[in-house]
Amino acid sequence: MAVGIAQLPLVYLAVRTIETARQRGIADLFTDRVPALAARSLALAAVVTAGCVVLGVGSAFLVTRTDLPGRRVFGVLAALPLAVPSYVAAYAWVAAVHLVDPLFGFEGFWAAALVLTLCSYPYVYLPAAAVLVGADPAAEEVSRSLGRGSWRTFTGVTLRQLRPAVAAGGLLVALYVLSDFGAVAILRTDTFTRAVFSYFNFGLSRPALVLATVLVALTLLLLAGETATRRRGARYARVGGGTGRPASRLRLGAARGPALAALAAVSALALGVPAVSLIRWFGEGVSRPGSLSEVSSATANSVGISLAGAALTLLLALPIGLLVARVPGPVSTVLDRLSYLPHALPGVVIGLSLVFFGINAVPRLYQTGWLLALAYAVLFLPLAVGAVAAAAAQAPPELEQVARSLGRRPIAVFRTVTLPLISPGIGAAAALVFLTCMKELPATLLLRPTGMETLATRLWRHTTVVEYAAAAPYAALLVAIAAVPTWLLVSRAGVLSKGGD
Amino acid sequence: MASLTVHGVVKSYGSVTALSGVDLTVPAGVLAAVLGPSGCGKTTLLRCVAGFERLDAGEVTVGDRRVAGPGLHTPPERRRVAIVPQEGALFPHLSVAGNVAYGLGRAARRSGRVDEVLALVGLAGYGERMPHQLSGGQQQRVAVARALAPRPPLVLLDEPFSALDAGLRAELRRDVREALRADGATAVLVTHDQGEALSMADQVAVMRDGRIVQAGPPAQVYGQPADAWVADFVGEAALLPGTVHNGVVATPLGELATTGGAPGAATVLVRPEQVEVLPEPTGAAVAAVITRKDFFGHDALLALQLDGGGEVSARVFDAAAHQLAAGQRVGLRVRGPVLTFPN
Repeated sequence: MAVGIAQLPLVYLAVRTIETARQRGIADLFTDRVPALAARSLALAAVVTAGCVVLGVGSAFLVTRTDLPGRRVFGVLAALPLAVPSYVAAYAWVAAVHLVDPLFGFEGFWAAALVLTLCSYPYVYLPAAAVLVGADPAAEEVSRSLGRGSWRTFTGVTLRQLRPAVAAGGLLVALYVLSDFGAVAILRTDTFTRAVFSYFNFGLSRPALVLATVLVALTLLLLAGETATRRRGARYARVGGGTGRPASRLRLGAARGPALAALAAVSALALGVPAVSLIRWFGEGVSRPGSLSEVSSATANSVGISLAGAALTLLLALPIGLLVARVPGPVSTVLDRLSYLPHALPGVVIGLSLVFFGINAVPRLYQTGWLLALAYAVLFLPLAVGAVAAAAAQAPPELEQVARSLGRRPIAVFRTVTLPLISPGIGAAAALVFLTCMKELPATLLLRPTGMETLATRLWRHTTVVEYAAAAPYAALLVAIAAVPTWLLVSRAGVLSKGGD
Repeated sequence: MASLTVHGVVKSYGSVTALSGVDLTVPAGVLAAVLGPSGCGKTTLLRCVAGFERLDAGEVTVGDRRVAGPGLHTPPERRRVAIVPQEGALFPHLSVAGNVAYGLGRAARRSGRVDEVLALVGLAGYGERMPHQLSGGQQQRVAVARALAPRPPLVLLDEPFSALDAGLRAELRRDVREALRADGATAVLVTHDQGEALSMADQVAVMRDGRIVQAGPPAQVYGQPADAWVADFVGEAALLPGTVHNGVVATPLGELATTGGAPGAATVLVRPEQVEVLPEPTGAAVAAVITRKDFFGHDALLALQLDGGGEVSARVFDAAAHQLAAGQRVGLRVRGPVLTFPN
């Protein structure tokens, strides 16, 4: 049922594609543009994912497992880019580069790769840090005692334990890049999403449809590849009971300086550049007449619709996540993968498919916030499913069996054992979804009730007409509001509480 | 308190048969041990009784209630069968008192039952602690208390002591047995440790390849094993070839008295404590060489190579025997009648 709702846009896409193919013939659908766009989109996804894995795992390790000075501060800083929407970062970079050298055009493939990597590496960093904090240090100690040095232990034992978390995070990054629209549009990189959006904008639904279909195919390939590399049935939970000790910290010694410099550089690029750029424009923005009431109503709209979206998403994600974690098998794998699919579709496609769905199936919902909340749920289900599944692994089935043998019904067992154990993970999922809803742009543009402006749509509107000063207050607010759930997320990941000492 | 009857239980996972017709009867109030090597199906049997697995065939009866059988599968929460898992599996988000009270109703929680069972397992006053503040042995005591708290008619223990060190294990075994006795619970303990089974249980069932091969009081299983495999599994044993005729059996250890046994070729069971070691190979004694000595403090186990071929082991207790060393030549004599299994 939950998965079914998430598949609405796909069904729409399939129906329309078949319709078009019947009218025009399949060969007519593929032009020279498709392979070029496909190559560029895939290359961008690959480069950004690789960059995110290196940055994410590297900073997670430095923050949680070494004696790096200021690691608690860096633990927080490394998660904060989540609060900077990719299109804000892209705009801030363009503006910043423009300040330094007005003639240098900061655009194209590598500019997009840099900005997207800096925006999305927390998707790898956060789960990796959580695993590093929670992993049983005994396995690493055993490896050391078997004669493996600290580096070989890191690559042979620690990284292996990180694998599921990094794979899930990397998959999210790749899907995020494939579906990102704002950053690539601002940085003038021609990818599928930008092409789809411009075709739709010009009322050319047929080529947009073709591109969206190829994008779905690429997503399927990506998911299949990830499944193939994942070792089946491998569980990375700690074997045995007792209580865990915190891992001993690696002494960096002479590497301290370079490590510190590397982390500081990443933070400066990911946070410093947007911050400087925003602050420079912010002063001019707030002094505009009438801006305060405009800003506050947009804020209220953003928070309200994002809360509704997060609630709906979790409602759908809970059964899927639990099923995936508890009943490993072909059925749950298919369900899990299916829930990922819509995430890779551009928000434009989701948005338009739900417009279609709203007008034809549920006219009462059309032009209400509920349809937008549904779009959020469809878009961000994978985020929530991943978090719920990871949380469910914190409540091993043995505990539920013991609880049932003590005479509690399954529903009571869920309430008294499973739920308390997984609720921290659920909280993290809710925060992540809320945060992402706040940042969502294309679907919001298409599905918001007429006249409803959110922070994101106002920011977009001002940015597209090069009103940098007018856009700055929205960007700053968006970043500030999104920083709250980011903070929650970081403290849940244990980077804060266990990062010190 | 209720009896447990397992009859003809079959359970397979795909092509792997874990249980192939298990029969087991545990009278009310008895502590029974299911003893078998790893992979013999003993944990599967426990899970079938608890209701975590569905039977392929056979039936399970607790007291006068049939809980599993053809077309019947009572869910675990309605069986009133408590389980103590291998690693304790305490609920990490609940205090010790919260764990113990988990299976209790509201009235029972107020009646002081929690403190009562905590005292029973020797953890009075620990109620406010969280599981991660306890040692492994204490966690296992809490797991036992949690299982006992709702006064279940049947308690299942799945190798509950295997993760603990030896000293702690012996102490915990005694305490858990006392707690089970004090509560009058019927209990089934699954273990691969024959010392644990023999010392704790009122009744021992030896399991092999998904089948119970022998069940009875510990002394009977040890003293009159059903076959050579059981004899070897439940304790140190030397199995020698022999020929039975007229109530005696001819072996490399000489002619030995035997109880019963059909005439003809047979396998002869000689326990280490039956073998008496003399400092010199004199008179009627059989000559042998000590090949290894394992010293345990209170006794020592000698491995011996017989001059006539074959190996036996001997347990020696007295101080004089402790002077013996590997390589020394000694004489052997067998005390009491030996058991024979026809080939």
